[in-house]
Amino acid sequence: MPRYGMVIDTLKCVGCSDCVIACKTENNIPEGYNRDWIVTEARGKFPTINMEIRTERCNHCSETPCVSCCPTGASHIHDVGGVVLVDHEKCIGCKACVEACPYDARYIHPDGYADKCTFCIHRVEKGLKPACVEVCPTYCMHFGDLDDPNSEVSKLLQSRKWHVNLPDAGTKPNIFYLV
Amino acid sequence: MNSISRRRFLKISGATVVTAAALAGASKTVVKAAESYSKPKGLQIIPSYCDLCFWKCGLLAYVKDGELWKLEGNPKDPLSNGRLCPRGTGGIGAYFDKDRLKSPLIRKNLRGEEKWIEVTWDEAFNYIADKMNKIKGQYGPEAMALFSHGIGGNFFKHLMRAYGTPNETAPSFAQCRGPREVGFELTFGDIVGSPERTDIENAKCIVLIGSHLGENMHNTQVQEFSRAVEKHASIIVVDPRFSVAASKAKYYLPIKPGTDMALLLAWMSVIVNEKLYDVEYVNKHGFGFEKFASEVSHYTPEWAYVETGIDPDIIRETAREMARYKPATLVHPGRHVTWYGDDAQRSRAIALLNALLGSWGRKGGFYIPYSFSIPKYPYPPYPEEKETVHNPDNKYPFATGEQISTGIREATITGKPYPIKGWFIYGTNLLQALPNQSETIKAIQNLDLMVVVDVVPSEIACWADVVLPESVYLERYDDLNASPFKEGFVGIRQPVIDSPNDQKPNWWMAKKLAEKLGLGHYFPWKDIEEYLDTRLKSAGLSLDELKKEGIIKGPSKPIYLEDGAEIEFATPSGKIEFYSTQLEQSGSDPVPKYTKHPEPPAGYFRLLFGRAPVHTFSKTQSNALLRDLFPENELWVNSDLAQRYGIKTGDKIKLKNQDGVISDPIKVRATERIRQDCVYMVHGFGQKSRQLRSTYKVGASDAELVTQYKTDPLMGGTGMNVNFVTFEMEV
Repeated sequence: MPRYGMVIDTLKCVGCSDCVIACKTENNIPEGYNRDWIVTEARGKFPTINMEIRTERCNHCSETPCVSCCPTGASHIHDVGGVVLVDHEKCIGCKACVEACPYDARYIHPDGYADKCTFCIHRVEKGLKPACVEVCPTYCMHFGDLDDPNSEVSKLLQSRKWHVNLPDAGTKPNIFYLV
Repeated sequence: MNSISRRRFLKISGATVVTAAALAGASKTVVKAAESYSKPKGLQIIPSYCDLCFWKCGLLAYVKDGELWKLEGNPKDPLSNGRLCPRGTGGIGAYFDKDRLKSPLIRKNLRGEEKWIEVTWDEAFNYIADKMNKIKGQYGPEAMALFSHGIGGNFFKHLMRAYGTPNETAPSFAQCRGPREVGFELTFGDIVGSPERTDIENAKCIVLIGSHLGENMHNTQVQEFSRAVEKHASIIVVDPRFSVAASKAKYYLPIKPGTDMALLLAWMSVIVNEKLYDVEYVNKHGFGFEKFASEVSHYTPEWAYVETGIDPDIIRETAREMARYKPATLVHPGRHVTWYGDDAQRSRAIALLNALLGSWGRKGGFYIPYSFSIPKYPYPPYPEEKETVHNPDNKYPFATGEQISTGIREATITGKPYPIKGWFIYGTNLLQALPNQSETIKAIQNLDLMVVVDVVPSEIACWADVVLPESVYLERYDDLNASPFKEGFVGIRQPVIDSPNDQKPNWWMAKKLAEKLGLGHYFPWKDIEEYLDTRLKSAGLSLDELKKEGIIKGPSKPIYLEDGAEIEFATPSGKIEFYSTQLEQSGSDPVPKYTKHPEPPAGYFRLLFGRAPVHTFSKTQSNALLRDLFPENELWVNSDLAQRYGIKTGDKIKLKNQDGVISDPIKVRATERIRQDCVYMVHGFGQKSRQLRSTYKVGASDAELVTQYKTDPLMGGTGMNVNFVTFEMEV
């Protein structure tokens, strides 16, 4: 079974937010909310500055505090690709998962359920890429099977330096940032 | 604050909390109004091209059960390669904008009071035609002027020529890219054009001077820039602000604002003195090289250091870096280049540097573009016209290709060389586009007629006598797009959804108004489909096929000299003019010289402005999808400077400029990413239209603070980076 993940090239990302807008239109995210976002980190003293720009979202972790804390089983791991999903019907909006996520990747949708990135599983199951990956004008986002050593994402991880967000959280995130 | 608002407001581009307008229901209301027609079931995918900026990327509109769902790039489109920029992706927000104009309006009270009477289209056209006929009778047709931006203005341009006026302008010349086009044309005999003929993806060395690609989202350029980064191109960024592009650069040169010419001259001196230029190219194509070389060779990096603050060793090293990769070194010409009033000469210096590197016409430099040739519609000849009004006595000798907007404004104020009594304005917010708003308002007071065509009640619409509500681009046809590019293609804009209210497309307005003016014979086609069909048939193409595909490509041609492309230098010498006899004859410097520009007085900082990736000018701020990501602009202030003034990120302050003009409050962004002698904000905010409820006085307007401008003696461009501001703490 595949393990879906993303590899994002921070050297190419310009932080334009196209991924955020594409996600919002693809998934009808209401105004004021979003499933993905941009982080810009600048370090140093002018003019010697080091800057990393990242597009972030749910890391679809292999160790999932958001799933283990869910009292209703709404938060679950999908049977394809290890994608972490929320069953809107089962969700009671208790916010336990929102608090448990160290990446602050979840929010309560105005309709009352916890919501977050789905890796656009509805697209992926049709053979398409997630909307954010498909739209990116810098081609900085890559999606695929991390367990397949021949996949584009695996090859990128083998050939480039990378980091994950909050490695100490013990969540084993499946989004990797190339540096 | 709960985690939802933390996520939304802190993680997106550093934006911070604002009062979120309760808009969730508003868009539904608009959709409901459109439910009068029977909606097709299922998913339709309709190709068209974008209008969020002027790049005109091909798109696919997804319409689900008759409702607009999303927009994606058309994979057949060479401009977007199937990927729209964030503005294009958010284009559906233009359709759903709750503040859209819904019906024609006629002014009730004084200009600018924003009191309106809703009228029918017929009443609006009668009013306009009556005034236009009076103006023609009293002053002649040349007393009407058209200000127009974008391809949607084409039918109004035609209408105005048919009416008999030659006065037609766009701020995209004298307030934007004009100096660049003039500087390059004086040197190479041709303009850079739009889309820019920059071969970024194949460049091995890219030099960006103030050009902030990545924040400035010209789609093809950003895509190519990313590919160049991937291929480890050597990137040199010159900017007083540590831009996104600077974060990708091998060399970041934090130049003192206003001194770019000194750096360019020093770079050229190094390349000339160390004989690093493309000798064969220069010998073959150059004119006046010896005179040029002897002039520029005196500008040493040590001299430039005093002006620019850039280490002389770095100047030498970057000059050598450019030469190492020649001719695949692209010194980018920029786009919005009206900075200091000597901009055409600075652009010419950029052209000359490229000439030394042999990059004009070469792979990785400036390719040779071509268009899909589509004949114009066979209209009857226009009536004889008077001289244009924008440039009396040819004061600006090189303002030849396009007209100077501020020249037409000047004529409207002074009545010289002849009066201008009517403004017809399409798709451009002159209050934000032209410098010195008080001059614009003064000119408006002299008008007998002011018409604004727009999709939202923009700031300029507030001042109109008649406002005509246009369908947004997703609801209308427009003229064909056959931009010059790396390959020839033609793209179509076609309606993907009906207009929700009584909005109408520009072509319909122009045709109806022409009929009222007795000029109906200039619009012999029944509707725009017939117009498009006629044009396409004359090029051997089919409207039906284009409607289905969105894009049709032409035969390919070589675009580089080395591949056999032909190049013509349309200069007096027929060569690349290192020494310009045209400039010499006009009494200007045949080789660019350095001008020292005034610096901010103590306690003042130079006001700089630029772009955000999700906004275009001042026209997208009310689009809820885009506003969600960038609701207001911030004032970038160097961290140390902020500390000295006791201000911190998130504080609201006002700015006062050298003329005492005070801005609306703006949030401070204290950052290491900018010099201490300047401040920076994104253009287009602080809007003053009360009818644009979501943007009214949100953020500050740089345009309001640009009361001073320095006019380019070569082409009348208005240098706008010459204003100084100080902080007003009491908000």
